Amino acid sequence: MSEIIRLTAAELGAKIAAGEVSSVEATRAHLDRIASVDGAVHAFLHVNDEGALAAAADVDRRRAAGEAFGPLAGVPIAIKDVLVTEGMPSTAGSRILEGWIPPYDATPVRLVREAGMIPLGKTNMDEFAMGSSTEHSAYGPTHNPWDLDRIPGGSGGGSAASVAAFEAPLALGSDTGGSIRQPAHVTGTVGVKPTYGAVSRYGSIALASSLDQIGPVTRTVLDAALLQDVIAGHDPHDSTSIPEAWPSMADAVRRADVAGVRIGVVKQLDSGGVQAGVRSRFHESLALLERNGAEIVEIDAPNFEYAIAAYYLILPAEASSNLAKFDSVRFGLRVTPEGGGTVEQVMAASREAGFGPEVKRRIILGTYALSAGYYDAYYGSAQKVRTLVQRDFENAFAKVDVLATPTAPTTAFKLGEKLDDPLAMYLNDVATIPANLAGVPGISLPAGLAPEDGLPVGIQFLAPARQDARLYNVGAALERLLEAEWGGPLLNRAPDLSSHEMAAAEEGVI
Amino acid sequence: MSEITAEQVAHLANLARIALTEEEIAHLTTELGQIMQAVEKVGEVATPDVPPTSHPIPMQNVFRDDVVGDDVLTAEQAVAGAPEADGSRFVVSAILGEEQ
Repeated sequence: MSEIIRLTAAELGAKIAAGEVSSVEATRAHLDRIASVDGAVHAFLHVNDEGALAAAADVDRRRAAGEAFGPLAGVPIAIKDVLVTEGMPSTAGSRILEGWIPPYDATPVRLVREAGMIPLGKTNMDEFAMGSSTEHSAYGPTHNPWDLDRIPGGSGGGSAASVAAFEAPLALGSDTGGSIRQPAHVTGTVGVKPTYGAVSRYGSIALASSLDQIGPVTRTVLDAALLQDVIAGHDPHDSTSIPEAWPSMADAVRRADVAGVRIGVVKQLDSGGVQAGVRSRFHESLALLERNGAEIVEIDAPNFEYAIAAYYLILPAEASSNLAKFDSVRFGLRVTPEGGGTVEQVMAASREAGFGPEVKRRIILGTYALSAGYYDAYYGSAQKVRTLVQRDFENAFAKVDVLATPTAPTTAFKLGEKLDDPLAMYLNDVATIPANLAGVPGISLPAGLAPEDGLPVGIQFLAPARQDARLYNVGAALERLLEAEWGGPLLNRAPDLSSHEMAAAEEGVI
Repeated sequence: MSEITAEQVAHLANLARIALTEEEIAHLTTELGQIMQAVEKVGEVATPDVPPTSHPIPMQNVFRDDVVGDDVLTAEQAVAGAPEADGSRFVVSAILGEEQ
């Protein structure tokens, strides 16, 4: 495996800045890796070979001409297919947008391009980000690089798997109920959902507008911080974007120190419902933080148990409205019924053919929750629960600086295991959803491998709104302590995919 | 309250403009009943004294001057990805059926 692809984004950026590696070399190394392992992983829906090499050559040329760049310039990046990209197909994992090439860049995409980063391509996801396993992608699932028979998490399984498989040093994701953090948990990577409004949603194909947030998917906490520093900031195109300036998250990582930090453990999310190995790694991490000066406090958040129910009313309600734009007129698929039809019939036929089962399920559910006579009982009550969850956070953050939870209840499950049981699938998000309801930021980083199955486990930290820097502080401190114990990053213990590929090829020959 | 009938699902599908098959309607009727039963849990704590929250970070009156920005799409760009367009306008199917 090429040395270049093993580097973190920060290391690669530094080598490019020092002239030891060119951006073209870095980009080609990652494109080669994609060519050799993505047949097995299927993290990408589109690979931007020529565009990426041209962009890399342009950055190399401008740097040679003396242009000044930031720390990630020249570094390749994978982009979740929920973000629209000029010149690259953008499908959000849906058949209804197959082949659509948007006429503009989403703001986070524009910002990474302006920072000199090189978009490698678009990553797989559950259709319109509805799911926890990527199995709801219209283009087939992504496979977890730790065990190809298992899910990579979702909805951003493609971004997480691309980073875990060393196909990209880092990626962009979106998190509506855990779609950045839960894939990080099951793939041994780092994922951050920033404060709602920290990163512009302009050009992000909306799932649930009051919950969606774009964020970094990386292998290290520093890389996530560097990427958040690139993409965060006010955008006049998104009226929910926070106008205040942000402190440097990378600085928070470099100064990381947990001495005196008060960490609250949410009682309701540290229960028997969590897999034994997930829970034991969680408690080992807490003990390690405590030995290094953090104070661990138990926190009661009684309304968190209502969060999933509220979420599965609010999300479908907002999604049913957002997805009305797929009307077979302005973009995407148009299916005309046999013998023609009115615009309404064409629309209904197009949506029937273009949407997958989970998307239909949630649109119908949302339409129901918003219908006359049920609105107060369902959508109205869910919005009240949202208030109660926010109050739980307020009470907690009056006592502690950050909260800690296992990121998800189990390690990666087998592909197909929960596909026919939507309620079981929804339970994956029990620990990640409260942050989206309250708009607060969250990070998941590797906490080790579960002893019973050898699969990665994540730990989640949550901070008050606008206090994203606290996550980077605690996350970076824990990462440093754990890597010292492990003797290196967790991903060093991931299986070597190139040998798997060779074995698969040999079997094919026989 | 969570009793959902196939007729209701068919009506919702019509409102949502999705031409579901009979089989899909039957399947969704069962699933929606189960899901609604689970999410009705919100009613346990959503008492009248709790105010609703629609948006996580409160913001009010986000205004801008009513002027055309400098990065708007041209008509050609806007229709470039449409299933059917005449160069500057979207082409749609007939609005009214023959019987209308």
